[in-house]
Amino acid sequence: MSQAVDEIKIGGLGASRKRVEDSRFIRGKGNYTDDITLPGMLHMEILRSPLAHARIKSIDASKAWDIPGVHLVLTGEMMATRNLAWMPTLSYDTQAVLATDKVRFQGQEVACVIADDPYIAKDACEAIDVDYEPLPVIVNPEQAMADGAPVIRDDKENQAGNVIYDWEVGDGAGTDAAFAAADVISKLRLHYPRSHPSPIECCGSIADFNRATEKLTVYMTTQAPHIIRAAVALVAELPEHMIRIISPDIGGGFGNKVPVYPGYVCSILASILLERPVKWIEDKSGNLISTGFARDVYLDGEMALRQDGKILAVRMHTDADHGAFFSDAQPSKFKIGLMHSAFAAYDIPVAHLTARGVYTNKAPGGVAYRCSFRVTEAMFFQERMMQAAADDLGMDQAAFRRMNFVRDEDFPHRTPFGFLTDSGQYAKCLDVGLKAVGYADFRKQQEEARARGRLLGLGISTMTEPLGAGNSREYDILGIKMFDSADLKVHMTGKAILRTGAKTQGQGHETTWAQIVAHELGIPAEDVVVEEGDTDTAPFGMGTYASRSTPVAGAAVAMVSRKIRAKARRLAAHLLEVSEEDIEWELGRFYVRSRTAG
Amino acid sequence: MYPSRFNYEAPRSLAEAIALLHDGGDYAKVLAGGQSLVPLMKLRFASPDLIVDINNVPGLDYHRADPDGTLRIGALCRHAELERSDLLKSTQPTMAAAAPLIADPIVRTRGTLVGSLCHADPQGDWASVVTALGGSVVAQGPAGRRTIPLAAFVTGPFENVLEPDEIAVEAVIPAAQGTRSGGYLKLERRVGDFATVGVAVAVETKGETVTRAGIGLTGVGGSTIAATEAAQALTGQPLTAESIGRAADLAAAAARPRTDHRGSADYKRHMVRTFVVRILSRGAVEERAA
Amino acid sequence: MTVVYEDHGDEAAGAEVPMRRIKFSINGQKKIAEVEPRLLLAHLIRRGLGLTGTHMGCDTTNCGACTVLVDGQPAKSCTMLAVQADGHEISTVEGLAGAAELHPLQEGFREEHGLQCGFCTPGMMMAAKALLDENPDPTEEDVRWALSGNLCRCTGYQNIVKSVLWAADKLRAEG
Repeated sequence: MSQAVDEIKIGGLGASRKRVEDSRFIRGKGNYTDDITLPGMLHMEILRSPLAHARIKSIDASKAWDIPGVHLVLTGEMMATRNLAWMPTLSYDTQAVLATDKVRFQGQEVACVIADDPYIAKDACEAIDVDYEPLPVIVNPEQAMADGAPVIRDDKENQAGNVIYDWEVGDGAGTDAAFAAADVISKLRLHYPRSHPSPIECCGSIADFNRATEKLTVYMTTQAPHIIRAAVALVAELPEHMIRIISPDIGGGFGNKVPVYPGYVCSILASILLERPVKWIEDKSGNLISTGFARDVYLDGEMALRQDGKILAVRMHTDADHGAFFSDAQPSKFKIGLMHSAFAAYDIPVAHLTARGVYTNKAPGGVAYRCSFRVTEAMFFQERMMQAAADDLGMDQAAFRRMNFVRDEDFPHRTPFGFLTDSGQYAKCLDVGLKAVGYADFRKQQEEARARGRLLGLGISTMTEPLGAGNSREYDILGIKMFDSADLKVHMTGKAILRTGAKTQGQGHETTWAQIVAHELGIPAEDVVVEEGDTDTAPFGMGTYASRSTPVAGAAVAMVSRKIRAKARRLAAHLLEVSEEDIEWELGRFYVRSRTAG
Repeated sequence: MYPSRFNYEAPRSLAEAIALLHDGGDYAKVLAGGQSLVPLMKLRFASPDLIVDINNVPGLDYHRADPDGTLRIGALCRHAELERSDLLKSTQPTMAAAAPLIADPIVRTRGTLVGSLCHADPQGDWASVVTALGGSVVAQGPAGRRTIPLAAFVTGPFENVLEPDEIAVEAVIPAAQGTRSGGYLKLERRVGDFATVGVAVAVETKGETVTRAGIGLTGVGGSTIAATEAAQALTGQPLTAESIGRAADLAAAAARPRTDHRGSADYKRHMVRTFVVRILSRGAVEERAA
Repeated sequence: MTVVYEDHGDEAAGAEVPMRRIKFSINGQKKIAEVEPRLLLAHLIRRGLGLTGTHMGCDTTNCGACTVLVDGQPAKSCTMLAVQADGHEISTVEGLAGAAELHPLQEGFREEHGLQCGFCTPGMMMAAKALLDENPDPTEEDVRWALSGNLCRCTGYQNIVKSVLWAADKLRAEG
């Protein structure tokens, strides 16, 4: 071979590949969690609370135990004797696995039944008698903070009301002074409602504890198998090296499949007690009522403005409705998650952000849907405030933004909320957009249409979206820095196997990571098989969500490929009997540098 | 997702089916399309002891017009057949407009019109159509057959007057006295959702004069609403912008919508009015609503 | 096949489980099964027959991931009882491909990037097959209408429509 390999031909970067994973999915040969059957497997169903807030006076499961085919009925009381009725959350709170004293949201897990088949398990759930004493229900922050509101988390010592945290960032006094000197003050109140990621495939697990080997294997719909392994080790007090989490094919994640759900924990305990595999597959009703939701944040926003449109200061207050348990996630550096990134695109001299979190009688969550760490909320609130301010000033939306952008020469730029941006050409970016839509012409069209009674609209929104959580300087979960890993093995015949700590749920990693290897090594992409999701073989990673995989795991794939190439360079020098300095590389081959090259 | 246990019979004749219901005990249900019953059973909102599956009873899967124009729809006539029907397209504009809007295309291959009327879901589309057309349900039991006008057939949400050992075997649409026109418009957030608002209008004319009219409203009250006053305001005169407007106002007034996640009461009433005007202003042309 | 029950010693509370014997064909193969009447057809397919390509994604008959063909007509297998398959022909995604080749629908989904996570895909293809069997030359509107009972949370539907139209073109070209 005397030439470089054609990168497009081998499926490298820039090549259009048909997806590798499609092969099994179009044949109906995917391997989703509910497709898996293990010998001796039993089935688990969960009994959920019909009430949003109620004291549990008693649970009578005797009729459930009597149903033929029922192997085990688990209640909160039984979990409590094993110290498993509560589990820690990613935000240093605790969450009920099965309710003990009270139910705190409609749909909360109260008991579960393990039986020969899910039909019987469901029959048995229906036969469990729970005596509830209804309590007043709180469904929004206003109710949560009202005088005399019932305390939802009366299980926690030192929990006086329903406020979880009261945080602030920025300069309160400076902001107040700027507001006092403002020509115009623009105000806006918003609610970003709760939304559900709702992938078609619901959550589920198959826990398989092998008493003989003491090893726990759990098949699970999870976007982050290694995080789960650590969580299971902590919660179930099992040694981490004896836990294997296998995330097979996943039918959509969207952040829904990051949290640790009580169903997983119950299936694990059941398997340990029964010494048989236990499968739990959620139904859609259960998913919609209990799954890790996204958003549900209220804004009280104000902007202090100079007459000519210069923003003098920004004041934001957010109330986050966290549901009954605080199980959000945010990096330690940004207490209010990426709400800190609000207004990063604009040159705001001084600002103050206060954030409150409250408990309500709703399902816990907040981290889902682009696993956003609140960046979506930050951008929405920011741009709606910008729009309101431009309206209040009577100023053009584009002109208002342009005059307040961080200027090209002012980078790196640290915002009043502590967020750092290192480069940008925001005005140019806006220009490109406005030109593409023919902004000036559109405004004319809009006026003419309005005169004829027809309403046309044009909206502008600017966002600075931190992707790829993240740089480990600033991003961590529970102190674990948010890095990712790749592991590449090249076999004797030049085929390769690549494993990463990411976990695809439809993003196409099996196709695209191989393209990176092809780009770095010149091995045809089709000769690189990609595996993710088995913690016994995959290198440690933080999983796939928040658009993090390509910048983080993908970068690791490139780096590990380069390490292989560096190692291969030494071998090439040895085989070609020259020193390493005399080795050149072009895609797919090492060759000796010609000494006569002029 | 998992129904509770029940006994199951699949009779091969109507007589057998009726006998099974007669002997069946307290809680037996007939299964035809199953597209309403099975979902209820999966959520355990219905837990019958006995299911009598009539899908193997021959001679029920028809829809046809009698010589005098009376339309008869058998218990096993699927929504999809009505959607494809040339007979409906040429003689029953209101029904032809509604058929493609029932649920979704896959549900329509199994669900039945008669089953839909029996299910008596206050949000059901066919009930408004049959109301507007003045139709009836034919029930057959051990004592024989009886014809029950739809208004008397449904007694409340999910309740009808069938005896435990009676089966609804047919829906009947009376023959037209004049030329039929009309349509059905349905506002839904997405295909398969319940109607935010549905309006059925059925009109018969002789020459220019409206001789008969019926208006049925879906989703804007605790049950199907027969907007009788509105319909009467159309009869005995030609269809004019003025008479249409008056009927639309009366139909909106007859609506009793609730403000909910599908829209405000005002919005729904406004849509009732808009749909009545749209249907009548186009004459016999039916259209899919957005 | 062997079925094993727990022996509780005492007379088990409750009646005997009513079982029915049914005969049906699945992807052209004739089968006999003993099922409880309450068993959903989707569960007979997935667990009884081990054909896990038909998926379940909701409990309100909305999502269509469970779509199969019954006597050539699309049906949501989660909303049918297994006993109702008695005497009928069921087709699932596993029956689409021939001995050597993929069905043009399967090829179309691959060619036009009609899937991401793949969970809704079998249901989409079966509903599309029913469409193409009846209407070999659908418009885009026809395709959207025929698939309006199937939900996808990943793709945004554009490429699914393109995949079906690709398949329609290929099927027509093949004659």
